[in-house]
Amino acid sequence: MLSRTADSLYWVSRYVERAEYLARILDATTRLTNLPSAYGGAGTEWQSAVATAGCEETFAKAYGEANERNVCDFLSFNPDNPTSIRNCFALARSNARAVRTALTSEMWDALNGAWLELQRFERKRMDREEFARFLDWVKNVSLAFDGSAYRTMLRDDGYWFSRLGVNVERADNTARILDVKYHVLLPETEQVGGSLDYFQWTTMLREVSALTAYHWVYRQAVKPVLIADLLILNRRMPRSLASCYENISRFLDQIGDAYNRHGPAQRQARKTLTNLANTPIEAVLQRGLHEFIEDFITENNRLGNVIVEQYLQ
Amino acid sequence: MVAFDEMTGGEGGLRAAYGELDRWLKEAPPEMLALRRSQAELFFRRIGITFAVYGDEESTERLIPFDIIPRVLTKPEWTKLEKGLRQRVTALNMFLADVYGKKECLKAGIIPPELVYRNACYQLEMVDFQVPHGIYCHIAGIDIVRVDADTFYVLEDNARTPSGVSYMMENREVMLRLFPELFATHRVAPVDNYPDQLLATLRSVAPRTASSDPTICLLTPGQYNSAFYEHSFLADKLGVELVEGSDLLVKDDVVYMRTTQGPKRVDVIYRRIDDDFIDPLVFRSDSVLGVPGIIGAYKAGNVTLANAVGTGVADDKAVYSYMPEIVKFFTGEEPILKNVPTYRCREREANAYVLDNLEKLVVKEVNGSGGYGMLVGPHASKAQIEAFRKKLTDQPEGFIAQPTLALSTCPTFVASGVAPRHVDLRPYVLSGANGISCVPGGLTRVALKEGSLVVNSSQGGGTKDTWVLDA
Repeated sequence: MLSRTADSLYWVSRYVERAEYLARILDATTRLTNLPSAYGGAGTEWQSAVATAGCEETFAKAYGEANERNVCDFLSFNPDNPTSIRNCFALARSNARAVRTALTSEMWDALNGAWLELQRFERKRMDREEFARFLDWVKNVSLAFDGSAYRTMLRDDGYWFSRLGVNVERADNTARILDVKYHVLLPETEQVGGSLDYFQWTTMLREVSALTAYHWVYRQAVKPVLIADLLILNRRMPRSLASCYENISRFLDQIGDAYNRHGPAQRQARKTLTNLANTPIEAVLQRGLHEFIEDFITENNRLGNVIVEQYLQ
Repeated sequence: MVAFDEMTGGEGGLRAAYGELDRWLKEAPPEMLALRRSQAELFFRRIGITFAVYGDEESTERLIPFDIIPRVLTKPEWTKLEKGLRQRVTALNMFLADVYGKKECLKAGIIPPELVYRNACYQLEMVDFQVPHGIYCHIAGIDIVRVDADTFYVLEDNARTPSGVSYMMENREVMLRLFPELFATHRVAPVDNYPDQLLATLRSVAPRTASSDPTICLLTPGQYNSAFYEHSFLADKLGVELVEGSDLLVKDDVVYMRTTQGPKRVDVIYRRIDDDFIDPLVFRSDSVLGVPGIIGAYKAGNVTLANAVGTGVADDKAVYSYMPEIVKFFTGEEPILKNVPTYRCREREANAYVLDNLEKLVVKEVNGSGGYGMLVGPHASKAQIEAFRKKLTDQPEGFIAQPTLALSTCPTFVASGVAPRHVDLRPYVLSGANGISCVPGGLTRVALKEGSLVVNSSQGGGTKDTWVLDA
C-alpha cells in the first residue's frame, strides 16, 4: 500500500484516540474539582489537566489562568490548539478524506458524521451539563469509529497500521498521566493518607476508565502500588503500557510477516514489551517511577519514529 | 427563439422515446417526486459526492443538484452521435500527432500556424517526441448540444482532463435504487462498464518496457481539488492507487511510488493534474503538486501519461473553429458532427460583427473552461457587455463568439413542478491501443434556472441521468 495511505490510517486512529483521551481528562478533572475544598487539592487540578494533555506551552501563550473555563475551551474547541478535540476530529477527517477508499464506509460515516455534528457544539458557552454531554458524545464517536474499524475492516496491512496508531497513542496517553501524577503514587505521599490522595488516585483511574477494573482485578481498597501495577504492567487492562505494547508488537509482527521482512520497528517494540514483562512493579518503584516513565516515553517516541522511517515515508 | 423540447418536440406533441416516461410522470404524484428527490440528495451526501467551487469561501464542499427525471435518447440518435464522436476523437489524436510531428496540416494551410505555435498549451517539450502507441488524448469529453430533432453540435472538445464521469455513474446508481419500476419499462443501455473500459485503455498504452501486468495509478492534485471526489471514486473503481505528487519519485528516469514495502515502479499514470503543474523541473517551478523529473521519465519512454502532455492545443476554442476542416483533412470524411458556427475574433471582420452584436452572442475565452470568463449576451448586464467590448478591442485573439443557441430542453423537476430546462451532453470517449470506446450516453448537464443556458456546475447547473434506449 502507499506509504501515505498507511500514514493517514495510522494518524486517523491516533487523532480519534487522542480526542477520547482529552475528553476523559476533562471529565475526570471536572469531577475532582467538584469536591468540597476539604477533599480537594491545592487548586492545581486544571493546570495538571493541561500538563496531562501535554500542551502547557501553547496554553500559557493563549491564556493567563488555568481555570475551568479556559482549560475546557482550550482542550475542546480552541482552533489555535493543534490538538484540541475539535482539531483532532478535523485532522482525523481530513486524513480520512485523503485516503477515503482505504476506509470502510462505516468508518467514514463515523468520522464524517462526527465532523458535521461537531458544528452543533462549537464553542458556544456551555453549562456543565451541556459540557458533560459533549464529553460523552466525544467518547461515543471514538467508540463508534473504533468499533466500525474492528467490525468492518479487512484484516490486512491497512487494519494493522490503523491499530498501531490506536495503541501507540494510547501508550503515550497512559504514560503522560503517570508522568504528571507519579508523585501521588510515591510511597512517601502515602503516609499523608489524606482524602486528597484517594481522590487523586481514583481520578487517575477514571482517566483511563479503569476504576471498576481496578476493583475486579485487586479486590481491595485503592492503593498507589496497585494503581501503578494496573496502569503499567497488567496486560488484562487495555490501556496499560504492557497491553498496548502487546498489541503494538503483534500488529507489527503481522505487518512484518505479510511483507516478509522484520526490521527495526519490530525489534524496538519487542524490546519494550520484554522489558515490561520482566520487571515486577516493586522493581519499577525501587528504580524510581518517574525515571521509569520518562524512559518509557522516550522509547515510545523512538518507536513512533522508527515506524515512520520503516513504513510511512 | 423557441428551443426544441426533447419530450414534446416543441409543438406540444410527444416524441416516441418519451412515451413511457410521460405516462409515468402523469401518474406520479408530486409528493412522491419530491420525496425521491430528497432521498437522492441524501444518498449523494452520504457517499460524499461533492465538488468545490473556486472562489467560494463559504462552502468548500457542495453537492451538484441532481434532477430525477432522466433524459432519454433513442438508439438511432446515439448510434449517429457515437459515430461522430469516434470520428472527431480520431481526428483530434491525428491532429495532435501532426502538430508535434510532421506538421502537415500547417503546411497544407488547414489552420493558421500561429494558432498552434503561439498557443500557451502548445508544449515545445513534445515536439518530435513519439508518445507511446501514438495516442495523445486517451480520455476525451466532447460537449454536445442539440438544437432540433436531427442536429447535434459539438460545443467544445475537452482534451485535457475532462471531469464529470463519476456523476454519470453515480446518477445511474441512484436512479436504479430509486426508480426500479422505470427500468422495468425501459431497456436502458448500462454505463457501469466504464471503469473496465478505462482500465483496459490505460493498460493498452503501457510503455513497451513495462511488464505484461503494468502498474497504473491515478495522480490527483489532492483533496482540495474540486474534482477530488471523482479522483478517489475512479481510483477505487479501477482498483489502482490514488497518488499525490509527493507519493511519486523519479530515479534514473523511472517513476516509482512510495509504498510501505519500498519503491514500486509505475508504468501508466492517469493524471488529473494540468500540464503546468506536473513537473516543476520543466513547467511551473513553484508547483508543489507535481513530480520533479516525471517529464524526463516520460520522454525516456518509461512511463505513459494519460492524457499526454500538450493536448490542450486541441481544445483551444480558436482551434475548435477549424475542427470541421481538421476532421476532413485527417479522416478524409465529411464531419458527422457539426460545429457551432463560430466567429473568430482574431479576424478583423468577424470581430467587427461581434462588437456590433454583443447582446446577441456568447463570447468565450479561447482557453477558458468551466463556464468561467464567458459572456452570454442576451442575459448580460450593460456593464458586463461593456467590459467584454473592452477586452475584445484590446485582445481580440483571446476570444471567439458564437450565436446564442436555442439549446434543447428536457422535462426537469423544479420548484414549480415539471418544466422544460436547457441541457447539454458530455459523452466520454476513450482511445487506447486497441481502438476507441464510448459508453452509451454520458453526462447530461441541465441549467436549473428558467431560461438559463449555462449548465456548468460552478454556475448553478445540475445533472441528470442519460438513458440510451436499447430498443
